[in-house]
Amino acid sequence: MNEIVLAGIVVGLLVFLLVARSVTLKRPSDADFEDLEELDEEEIDDEDVDVDAELVELEADLELEEAVEQALEEAEVEEAPPSRWARGLAKTRGALGNTLKALKLRDKMDSDAWEEIEEALIRADVGMDATERVLDALREAKTSPEELHDALRAELVSILEMGDTELVTRPGEVAVWLVTGVNGVGKTTSIAKLGRRLKADGYSVVLAAGDTFRAAAIEQLGTWATRLGVHMVKHAPGADPGAVVFDAIEHAKAKKIDVVIVDTAGRLQTKTNLMAELKKVHRIADREAGGVSEVLLVLDATVGQNGLSQAKAFQEAVGATGVILTKLDGTAKGGIVIAIQEQLGIPVKAVGVGEGIEDLENFDPQAFVTAMLE
Amino acid sequence: MFDALGDRLDNVFKQLRGRGRLNEKDVEAALREIRLALLEADVALPAVKTFLSHVREKAVGEEVLKSLTPGQHVVKLVHDELIDILGGSLSPLKVAGKPPTVIMLAGLQGSGKTTLAAKLGAHLKKKGSRVILVAADLQRPAAIRQLEVLAGQAGVQFFSSPGETDPVEVARAGLEEGRRSADVVIVDTAGRLGIDEEMMAQVARVHGAVQPDEVLFVLDAMTGQDALHSAKAFSETLPLTGIVLTKIDGDARGGAALSATTITGVPVKFAGIGEKLQDLEPFYPDRIASRILGMGDVLSLIEKAEGTMSKKEAEAQARKVMEAKFTLEDFLTQIQSVKKMGGIGDLLKMLPGIPGMGKMSDIDVQDQDVAKIEAIIRSMTPDERNDPRIISGSRRVRIAKGSGSQVREVNDLIKQFDAARKMMKQMMKFGGGGGGKKGKKGFSLPPGLGL
Repeated sequence: MNEIVLAGIVVGLLVFLLVARSVTLKRPSDADFEDLEELDEEEIDDEDVDVDAELVELEADLELEEAVEQALEEAEVEEAPPSRWARGLAKTRGALGNTLKALKLRDKMDSDAWEEIEEALIRADVGMDATERVLDALREAKTSPEELHDALRAELVSILEMGDTELVTRPGEVAVWLVTGVNGVGKTTSIAKLGRRLKADGYSVVLAAGDTFRAAAIEQLGTWATRLGVHMVKHAPGADPGAVVFDAIEHAKAKKIDVVIVDTAGRLQTKTNLMAELKKVHRIADREAGGVSEVLLVLDATVGQNGLSQAKAFQEAVGATGVILTKLDGTAKGGIVIAIQEQLGIPVKAVGVGEGIEDLENFDPQAFVTAMLE
Repeated sequence: MFDALGDRLDNVFKQLRGRGRLNEKDVEAALREIRLALLEADVALPAVKTFLSHVREKAVGEEVLKSLTPGQHVVKLVHDELIDILGGSLSPLKVAGKPPTVIMLAGLQGSGKTTLAAKLGAHLKKKGSRVILVAADLQRPAAIRQLEVLAGQAGVQFFSSPGETDPVEVARAGLEEGRRSADVVIVDTAGRLGIDEEMMAQVARVHGAVQPDEVLFVLDAMTGQDALHSAKAFSETLPLTGIVLTKIDGDARGGAALSATTITGVPVKFAGIGEKLQDLEPFYPDRIASRILGMGDVLSLIEKAEGTMSKKEAEAQARKVMEAKFTLEDFLTQIQSVKKMGGIGDLLKMLPGIPGMGKMSDIDVQDQDVAKIEAIIRSMTPDERNDPRIISGSRRVRIAKGSGSQVREVNDLIKQFDAARKMMKQMMKFGGGGGGKKGKKGFSLPPGLGL
């Protein structure tokens, strides 16, 4: 609470100051930066400046300067790193496949080579942290250039194979699959695809229209339900999604239906109130069905590093059990799922590869890594 | 959204600040950090390289090396370059010489086209235009219905051709309808992948049929490296005139904006900042660039603040805080004005760092915590608010009951308010703030504030 009180005061003060002095405000321009350069003169001119305070600050500046100089000197003594990125800049690079082929021709793995692999992983949205850890593992294993391609593949596949990719049902009882995610990732379409697959496998399914917020979301799911020939439990737009889930589970229990797939409204993981609403839906499902079998996080393959933030937030809120990676039929690689598996232990359970209702596939780590590195 | 990138650059330039001259090695060190930060912010690799080579070219020049304040020079170079790539200054929508103005939206699935159509409609209606939304997304189930509902909420016209299966025909008919009844025609199209040749050819035909004045590429701010590929594919198929960055109210760093503007050469025109229809803002490249550089998005903040309080009120409040004479009553007023502007948490993100407090944006402020503080203060009498020292044990129990909180929480608030007040006093002293003439040293406010 202390932080909040202080933050509140500071924010308030700054806001008041800003408004009070808004007359002198203008957009940043060259002149502002000139101002900055003239800072020294200004300070001397300013009669209001507390001389003592200035002295203290100047001394602090000096100390800092000395410390920085010293640190820099030390750094120079230790090593004089070549400007790797600058050399890298001048090069044109092909896909990783080419990079690796080229590597095989080299005598040793120099730092450029590592950087090229690093960049290839980054281009697939694997992210800096996970990339570094993968590379560290390869370095530690003293991988030779000839083995590098296979070793990299093996490392990535082994990460992705750590989780259980089965979608869980409960024989004789109602299994609830809660489908969550941020806006626009393809939750509703994924539900239709999951429903079709369950039906094809001989399960009975009911859909719960839990996205009562977005305009026409209920109609969108309803269209799929009709095409699939499955029942959909719905309330009016704007209704409490918890009540929809409650009714859907009651319906499933009464009709001895195997799986309830719950659609939820898209929500950015930073919206505290919407995440709280999701927790409530989860709580109700958990209570009514005696457990939620799957909490699926739908991730758009085009997502960048924010995918990790999404996975963290949904895991914290409702304990995500698996990822459905959508839109993998585009140019995006979806490499963030490697970081998600590695850091959070959430496995990918299915991938969306098209707009058709049959375009849902089991997750195949081998194939995924091949596509990612091609 | 660019906060983290700003942190990184801030760190780099902290080391450069105060040094006499900048050598090539310094520039390299700074650029290495910038590269890493840009990649972590999801800027696509080729865009990062373009960016760095531009900055580098300028940074190692004579002028910079001889400058007395090289750190500031590099900050300025990076700042300018970011603004430049993001589209220069504010880019308004084009208006057709002969109405109606036609705006076409295109992008990947789920980027937020339909929501944007309605937001743009509401935005233009507010400016006095008669708007019609044309539902040319025949792909996604209920997309037409979604646009219809949103058009109703925005209070603008809506057009669809039930039974028609060719979006080109729908768009053409919608334009005809718009010629009769509207000043602005907004054409929503189906989401599509850049590599889907059939669908890309179709969107080109829609474009040919309606000859739009604005072709906006709708881009999700959370997009990663692929932003470059998709923006490229769309710009090769359609003569894009602008980009709209959606969902920037999340915590994505939004490097996608840099990738897309780099490859397409068109500016970002709008930003989607929430789920409500009014949550659309013009995109200010200079503000975003300032945020990237850790200067805080102060200008947005001022605009918000000016809408909620008068200059006089603000001055009086500021003086009280700086002289440590403010009371819990003032604090309550302060919380309320800040709340009107979008909440403490949001504002923290826009502010630059405060020495001795670390990054303000790291503080997690939840609405319910603020509500609790408010409730506790509201349960105090005016005398108690003005002088918390008179709050005895029995009064604390009463306040706790009245606000639905624990006595411990009341104690905490009183204690921490006092501590915070003292700390502020000290900070202001150090900053030589008396009257706030030159607050430069206490707070690292961005340039241009003239405090």
